[in-house]
Amino acid sequence: MDLKLLPAEASPEERAAVASVFDSSSEASNADRVAREGLNEAKARRHLLLPALHAVQKAVGWISQGALNEICCRLIVPPAEAYGVASFYAMFSTVARAPRVAHVCDDIACKLAGADAICATLERTIGPPGTSSADGQATWLRSPCLGLCERSPAALFQLAGSESADDDTIAPATIDEIEQILNGATVPAPAVGSTPQTSGTREPELRLLRRVGVADPTSLSAYRAAGGYDALARAVQMGPAQVIAEVSASELQGRGGAAFPTGRKWDAVAKTAETPRYVVCNADESEPGTFKDRVLMEEDPFATVESMTVAGFAVSAAHGYLYVRGEYPLATARLEGAIRQCRADGLLGADVMGKGFAFDIELRRGAGAYICGEETALFNSIEGFRGEPRNKPPFPVEKGLFGKPTVINNVETLANVLDIVLEGGAAFAGVGTEQSTGSKLFCVSGSVERPGLYEVAFGTTLGGLIDLAGGVRDGGGLATVLLGGAAGTFVSPEHLDTPLTFEGTRAIGASLGSGVVMAFDESADMRDIVLRIAAFFRDESCGQCVPCRVGTVRQEELLRRLARDGARPSPAAEADLLDELARVMRDASICGLGHTAANAVQSAVSMGVFEGTERE
Amino acid sequence: MIDVTVDGEVVQVPEGATLLDACRTKGVDTPTLCYLETLTPVNACRVCVVELEGSRTLVPSCSRAAQPGDVVQTDSPRVRHSRKLVLELLASSVDLSLASGDVRRWVDRYEVDTARFGPAAAPAAADERDGRDSGHHHASDGATAETVAQPIKIHDEMYVRDYSKCILCYKCVEACGDDAQNTFAIAVAGRGFDARISTEFDRKLDQSACVYCGNCIGVCPTGALVFKSEHDLREAGTWDEAKQTMTRTVCPYCGVGCNLELHVQDNEIVKVTSPMDHSVTHGHLCIKGRFGWQFVQNRGSE
Ligand SMILES: Cc1cc2nc3c(=O)[nH]c(=O)nc-3n(C[C@H](O)[C@H](O)[C@H](O)COP(=O)(O)O)c2cc1C
Ligand code: SF4
Ligand code: SF4
Ligand code: SF4
Ligand code: FES
Ligand code: FES
Repeated sequence: MDLKLLPAEASPEERAAVASVFDSSSEASNADRVAREGLNEAKARRHLLLPALHAVQKAVGWISQGALNEICCRLIVPPAEAYGVASFYAMFSTVARAPRVAHVCDDIACKLAGADAICATLERTIGPPGTSSADGQATWLRSPCLGLCERSPAALFQLAGSESADDDTIAPATIDEIEQILNGATVPAPAVGSTPQTSGTREPELRLLRRVGVADPTSLSAYRAAGGYDALARAVQMGPAQVIAEVSASELQGRGGAAFPTGRKWDAVAKTAETPRYVVCNADESEPGTFKDRVLMEEDPFATVESMTVAGFAVSAAHGYLYVRGEYPLATARLEGAIRQCRADGLLGADVMGKGFAFDIELRRGAGAYICGEETALFNSIEGFRGEPRNKPPFPVEKGLFGKPTVINNVETLANVLDIVLEGGAAFAGVGTEQSTGSKLFCVSGSVERPGLYEVAFGTTLGGLIDLAGGVRDGGGLATVLLGGAAGTFVSPEHLDTPLTFEGTRAIGASLGSGVVMAFDESADMRDIVLRIAAFFRDESCGQCVPCRVGTVRQEELLRRLARDGARPSPAAEADLLDELARVMRDASICGLGHTAANAVQSAVSMGVFEGTERE
Repeated sequence: MIDVTVDGEVVQVPEGATLLDACRTKGVDTPTLCYLETLTPVNACRVCVVELEGSRTLVPSCSRAAQPGDVVQTDSPRVRHSRKLVLELLASSVDLSLASGDVRRWVDRYEVDTARFGPAAAPAAADERDGRDSGHHHASDGATAETVAQPIKIHDEMYVRDYSKCILCYKCVEACGDDAQNTFAIAVAGRGFDARISTEFDRKLDQSACVYCGNCIGVCPTGALVFKSEHDLREAGTWDEAKQTMTRTVCPYCGVGCNLELHVQDNEIVKVTSPMDHSVTHGHLCIKGRFGWQFVQNRGSE
């Protein structure tokens, strides 16, 4: 392949930014490059494309032609492809943009908390989204859920320039704070916690949240003093086969949304003949309403590192990739710190704990794309391609990252593994219900007194959880609950006695999804919420397959007609057409995004959120 | 050989065959848009889906490897519904007027009705779609159906790009990339409904890596990519396939031996294609064979 480059030069800042990616490219990725021998040099390096784009975006605030050239030259990637990748992500700009950008969340929970008023003010003072401020230094954009719903409304700041601070978030955000930060003020540290069960009288039963608020998340010694790395030591004693046997016996099911048995995945990868193998931690958490993984990574980052190491040991993978949502700057910083300390202490590297096995972790930041949480899109994203899901089969256990056998697990799933190793699979299976073992994190937000992350044993009812969060705010009446996120289902208050288990939610035609429980009181404008969900799926569709690429557009258009009484020829006929769209998306789309894009919408429509569309 | 049951009848296909191969073995007319024998399947259009016993969703026949004992339905209500909707979603957002006769036949067979989604929205301004931001869109009020309509891109005398007709089948990208040309001048940019075929930063083709091999034109199923010569005649209303003859010859430029198909109308070469089944070229050519015929027609007109 001859590389034809753009006739544009990178600035010194841009060149330095790109160079930094190569210099800092860690031991893990260098070692891994060797492991992937057989790939030609260009392909072996392409996985640095996303880090390089991040570096340039951070240094100068956008990806210029010169900068793209520099990246393409060093990575031997054709410019058209690199542009295709850069333009895929919401956090990269391929046109010149002001250095300070506020991404203001206007998604569901933030809407309930007044985000629309914040956006309206910004529209008045700065202009429509994307307009530069008078001094050219700042701009703002609307954002999908930033994973801070328990403290809504939220905003993320992307701050460019080598002198500027790292990206940061604020929640709850006020219009004054947003404007001050856009004017150059520093971002204040968060004042409120996210886990009501760890403040005041501490809930004694906490397992996954056990160290939150107890052990300093920036200190390895604090983590070890709180029992950290006991699990890895125990795993090494047990040996890989026994670790997998315990995970299987625990009947742990994935917490990323698909509820797949974790033991089966690990076993399949351990049994393949192929090497290298990979462990990938899915920390892309972008399902609207979800913030559980963020809290775990911010408050207990070493647990993520340790549990990935256990997985690597169990399936004989020497390389782990940790793909963190781009909008999670604090989690990213804490994990980077944890990885660094663990490397320095021999808990990651060529000879982990001196026990003769190698494992290291490469952290990768996403760049604003919900779809990259889908496992195969995530692989493509790491590999430096557009985050488009792959057709399955083959499944990741066979052909995953770099086409090799891969264990991919959610942050919360992995966190459970530590307890499973320490107490045994059978004991773990004793918690919860027969078909849903262990405890579960729930992201409770919306119109409740104490929004936050709650840990309960499987089996707690929906009503019980809402009570735990203090019930409906201001003594209001509960109108509906969104279960499982935007890809989930609206359920009516008559289902408050439903046990929050995989089987219990299935029985009422819903699912736990990513553990979202968002409550709406009677004052909520449900039409507006449903339209926001439809817009979300349209924005986040990767665009690869027709049912989802065009189906999500038609779905949103249809709902807008219903919302302004422009139904044609009647609301009932529109509901039928909506069902037809839902069926093709569910049946013929490539991935879960398209399969679920109509779930919440359909449930709301059949509940009669729009007049004349009620269904039995 | 593997036994696969297609619509109740057992057919035998070789190991490694796809469900599409099985359907074709039985003689079932299966619609495909993004599939081409000479390209790696991208399985993106989903019009070829079939119902596979035991699978929760429908599966794309073009890329699903047949397994012994597979039982598939190609004309069940679910299959018909998905194929109809895929075609409706495309036909309501893309100009299919130059698509192949096959496509028009499928549109009829599945009773495609685009009116259900409302009248088409106004076309986008020139290059506006190329600047859209991923993750953000302006929603209409739903009175009209969004489309990909936009002005045609005419930047040189070789070929034109009319992305109002683009169904995003990825074929041109594959033909330009590792499936044939290895030039990588074009790729998919943007996301969702705003995804589009683009050069880097939407630069004009003559400023991109494009070498004008025309292989992308050769694979485009909808007429989004056409020879300038063809486009001009169509604009003038004088394009007339009935009056055209096709002559197969060997490219005179080098020793590879590519086969050319010269399409001639009124004694003028109006386009050059290459046979898909040719063992050397598989339908692909280079700039000389594809476009190097203009001089033949310079009959001292200056
Ligand atoms: C559109 C989409 C987005 C997803 N986002 C996430 C995510 O952010 N985090 C996650 O763990 N899984 C996500 N998943 C599920 C993953 O594909 C995969 O099932 C999961 O990472 C497996 O891990 P687990 O078995 O531990 O749950 C998503 C799936 C889809 C279809
Ligand atoms: S279903 Fe949507 S997100 Fe998934 S591959 Fe298709 S277009 Fe992309
Ligand atoms: S003419 Fe050839 S080089 Fe140019 S875009 Fe088409 S396939 Fe690529
Ligand atoms: S231009 Fe043609 S070949 Fe390329 S994606 Fe569009 S329809 Fe397919
Ligand atoms: S942070 Fe705004 S909705 Fe989740
Ligand atoms: S032809 Fe099979 S998905 Fe397009």
